[in-house]
Amino acid sequence: MKKMIFAAAMIAASAMSTAPLAQAAATITGAGATFPYPVYSQWAHDYNKETGVKLNYQSIGSGGGIKQIKAKTVDFGASDAPLKAAELDKFGLMQFPMIMGGVVPVVHIKGIKAGQLKLSASNLADIYLGKITKWNDARITANNKGLRLPAQDITVVHRSDGSGTTWIFTNYLTKISADWAKTLGNAKAVAWPVGLGGKGNEGVAAFVRKVNGSIGYVEYAYALQNHMASILLQNLNGTYVAPTSANFQAAAAGADWSHAKGYYMVLTNQPGATSWPITGASFILLYKTQAKPAQAKEVLKFYNWSYKNGAKAAEKLDYVPMPAAVADMVRATWKSVLKDKNGHAIWK
Amino acid sequence: MKTAHNKKWGDVIFRGITLAFALGILALFAAIVGNLWHESLPSIHKFGFSFLTSDAWNPVKDDFGAYIAIVGTLVSTLLAMLIAVPISIGVALFLAELAPEWMKAPFGTAIELLAAIPSIVYGMWRLFVLAPLMSDHVQPWLAEHFGFLPFFTGPAMGIGMLTAGLVLALMILPFIASVTRDVFLMVPQNLKEAAYGMGCTTWEVVRDIMIPYGKKGIAGAVFLGMGRALGETMAITFVIGNAYHLSWSLFAPGTSIASALANEFTEADSDIYLSSLVELGLVLFLITFIVLGIAQLWLKRGNQGGGR
Repeated sequence: MKKMIFAAAMIAASAMSTAPLAQAAATITGAGATFPYPVYSQWAHDYNKETGVKLNYQSIGSGGGIKQIKAKTVDFGASDAPLKAAELDKFGLMQFPMIMGGVVPVVHIKGIKAGQLKLSASNLADIYLGKITKWNDARITANNKGLRLPAQDITVVHRSDGSGTTWIFTNYLTKISADWAKTLGNAKAVAWPVGLGGKGNEGVAAFVRKVNGSIGYVEYAYALQNHMASILLQNLNGTYVAPTSANFQAAAAGADWSHAKGYYMVLTNQPGATSWPITGASFILLYKTQAKPAQAKEVLKFYNWSYKNGAKAAEKLDYVPMPAAVADMVRATWKSVLKDKNGHAIWK
Repeated sequence: MKTAHNKKWGDVIFRGITLAFALGILALFAAIVGNLWHESLPSIHKFGFSFLTSDAWNPVKDDFGAYIAIVGTLVSTLLAMLIAVPISIGVALFLAELAPEWMKAPFGTAIELLAAIPSIVYGMWRLFVLAPLMSDHVQPWLAEHFGFLPFFTGPAMGIGMLTAGLVLALMILPFIASVTRDVFLMVPQNLKEAAYGMGCTTWEVVRDIMIPYGKKGIAGAVFLGMGRALGETMAITFVIGNAYHLSWSLFAPGTSIASALANEFTEADSDIYLSSLVELGLVLFLITFIVLGIAQLWLKRGNQGGGR
């Protein structure tokens, strides 16, 4: 009798364990950038309601995402730092942009509210280089007539972990400061000459909120949610602009994706009267030749749906959706580049 | 009934199983060291011995050195020990010897509960509660009264080496205190009573009877705490400042090996970067090994002098 019950239990258990296997095709897996995680999970939620397909996205960081896709443990990787065309070719990968957003310098100075402090591009670079160390430095006050800045030490806050946000930020600094380009360069982590390191956007936000006289940089959504004092930053045209969705969009509008090889496009320091200078895109990485074409197709279907229906959700979360023209371009690339083992196109 | 025979076989099997467990630990230890060594070979080849003495940490140029992280680890641990050891011995003495009977049980339990709090909770609490307190009150006071020392200069941010040392001290204090209390409780009553009978004051009993008697146990507790402080990760990551700079000032941010690993592992994208991080882990392993080894030696020597 006991044996019978045991056997019945075994059958039941195996039936239960095979059930999810049958549905496995309906789950797509991805890993990478933390910056687009909120919008990806919102899309995944909506998409799941409509189609029943699940997305399992691990926000482990851009570098992690690239590592995981190279190791083929996930269906797609995600990175805030685009890979160069040569590197894509080396690994047989393709990438496409999915969403855009802004990186925002925030300050914590007694009596200074959001949108009051103006920093020129070189001011920002010199602060992060450790060349400007006091808030009432003549180089800062020259741009801020009528604003009372204290004779306080500047505490610089940066990311302590490697990060796509840092990649975008240092990309901008590399473009506007020859000194920065020469001594530090553009990467997900650099040898910061000054300051404190906070782990993650939330770590930087926490340090800036705690330390009087500090400046840091975070994703726009973090600045908004934490009610942080963002600055007005001088853009390529010389105007001082505020970090707003409209200004991110302005920076993204001028981007010529059609001539960007392998969609390698960096949106920092773009021309335009209202362009926010530290804007960036986040990318999806896929293998060009797919061992599991059905699975790849599910990924494409999800992102196709997101291009079509995801704009509203993205804007609500303070991201900038990709323009329809760029989405069409990406679809064309899917068609021509993504193949199964026999060379048949996956996306038709 | 073959009891005698069974017993013998039982012993053999039991002995075999426990031996296998013991060897398993050794094998695990060897595997960890071997793996760390293997993974850090690229970095060892590239930087050689200068990895330990170089203060560079530049992911862009792939130039790495462990010096700053080693110093940070040792300094924060030393600070923690300086603060935690006297306080926890005091706490233990009070609980074992001086506290009224009704206080002993609840206080003892409270201390053991402190030891069970996850380190990330300490880290968060430090960041949100203690860091502002440090920057607004403690550090300005230190700077005003002891600012002539190089240790207490610079902007009072509330985040940095001093705060890291404090949080570590707070975390290891309950460990040391509760073990030390148990050690003191084991001092034979008749020894103490004899001392009191000879007219010793409480202080003299503590100094001449209890501490010498419990020396080995106290040292064990201290090294247990030190082991934890050396490898502590999350609590440190929150408050040390994570900056690769060396400074005499304890107000300045620094980094430790454990916090560097916690911060950078996920995004280390070049092979040499990853390998250097693994080598950092190997260095931490060696530091812990050496410190605990010295402790063992010292305990053995101390043992001949008296005590238990």
